[in-house]
Amino acid sequence: MLKLPIYLDNNATTPMDPRVLEAMTPFFLQHFGNAASRNHPFGWEAEEAVDYAREQVAKLIGADPKEVIFTSGATEADNLGIKGVFEMYASKGNHIITATTEHKAVLDTCKHIEKIGGEVTYLQVNAEGLIDLKELEAAIKPTTILIAIMYANNEIGTIQPIKEISAIARKNGVLVFTDATQAVGKVPVDVNKDGIDLMAFSAHKMYGPKGVGALYVRRKNPRVKVTAQMDGGGHERGMRSGTLNVPGIVGFGKACELCMLDMEADTKRISKLRDKLENALMLLEEAYVNGSKEHRLPHVTNISFKHVEGEGLLMGFNKNIALSSGSACTSASLEPSYVLKALGLGDDLAHSSLRFGLSRFTTEEEIDYTVKAISETVIKLREMSPLWEMYKEGIDLNTIEWAAH
Amino acid sequence: MAYSEKVIDHYQNPKNVGTLDKASKNVGTGLVGAPECGDVMRLQIQVDDATGVITDAKFKTFGCGSAIASSSLATEWLKGKSVDEALKIDNMDIVEELNLPPVKIHCSVLAEDAIKAAINDYRIKNGMEAIKFEESVVH
Repeated sequence: MLKLPIYLDNNATTPMDPRVLEAMTPFFLQHFGNAASRNHPFGWEAEEAVDYAREQVAKLIGADPKEVIFTSGATEADNLGIKGVFEMYASKGNHIITATTEHKAVLDTCKHIEKIGGEVTYLQVNAEGLIDLKELEAAIKPTTILIAIMYANNEIGTIQPIKEISAIARKNGVLVFTDATQAVGKVPVDVNKDGIDLMAFSAHKMYGPKGVGALYVRRKNPRVKVTAQMDGGGHERGMRSGTLNVPGIVGFGKACELCMLDMEADTKRISKLRDKLENALMLLEEAYVNGSKEHRLPHVTNISFKHVEGEGLLMGFNKNIALSSGSACTSASLEPSYVLKALGLGDDLAHSSLRFGLSRFTTEEEIDYTVKAISETVIKLREMSPLWEMYKEGIDLNTIEWAAH
Repeated sequence: MAYSEKVIDHYQNPKNVGTLDKASKNVGTGLVGAPECGDVMRLQIQVDDATGVITDAKFKTFGCGSAIASSSLATEWLKGKSVDEALKIDNMDIVEELNLPPVKIHCSVLAEDAIKAAINDYRIKNGMEAIKFEESVVH
């Protein structure tokens, strides 16, 4: 039976897997100890649980457990990774290379770095959302200490060529940081095969709980160090003070274990549903997929429906289908998505996009319902759209002088 | 953001969606907004030459639910009014009627601008001078 509302905003957050909750539950009431309490069984239990979770997390990304630093989430891990490297390697240089389509947690951290004397290069992306490797290499200077490029984009799902990026970085003696929040658990991420030195990711994007994430920090070839950004008890090998969120970490570990077990089957099923959704919606006139279709997360698609406005479109079905518009129109600012703009999309298309994120729990019935609801709304709104009428009359919208606005 | 019931009702059952003959002398057309801002409204009025009364009004809007509702409501209010009365429609009346939140006030301003633009288009077509309005400041 189809249950409404349908959740297709899994890039924002995923529902928790019930198996994750089950693993966490004992650590709220029964085993409530502080993992740093070394002199009684409550502490030992908690520490043991954290150690086990650390192994589960490390295994998913091909790392050593000692390389996993637990944080409150990916935003904190982004901050710790980038600011921590900037401080630690200050004697080596002050230049960081990133891209315009990064998450705000990376972009705003870089803006902060600029304010405190750092230099940041923001690489442009092509129409598919991919950076140009030649441009990357050309941007490296003697003062470059870090390349921060995301693994996969949160709005369009485009996967960057991380292996190639890290090869360039290695050749030039520069560290590689990647925000892999959307990728870990969804596609095989291996810090050694991918040549990653630092990596941020989060539990709640992979069926785990909110409020817990991790920063991977390489310990060998090269040994990477970050300066702590929070002072305190020196937890997490001195890199992240603060009492560990034991139930969250246990859940994170379980979520990683499940992703590892289920990834192949999940990917096969989810990508099939994603393709079904995408193909059906592309039957509408003037619909465009944003970002690379080739280098893309299996559960994501971002589609623009020309001549209808994203927020108006969402209103047609958002009682029954949870989705997000690529445009940030719901906020007071009327700016369309900076990611879509970076791909070179005109304002009309950038204002007309929907982001779909499927999950382990998405069903075919839900996809069928979604296709029908969205198609009907797009057709209805186009009947109401003056832009659609002009388009149908063959008027080039670029030739119209729009009122200053 | 939760939309008010009235906005939802106009969005689901918009009144007077459509197109009047732009070339007709007694039709005034106002096209306001811009695609890059995410709102474009086209509002049209048909005026009875003899009485100066608006006998029909139509709209088409590209925009969010509040923009669609503002223009739908405007067309309802325009019908049966004289052109002079229509000039008195204030965007804040629309805000009040639809319970628009502050971030959506620009939608009502756009509707007011569209009414004025349609009236001026009608006036110019009929040999009258365009009325100069104060620039709207909200958007």
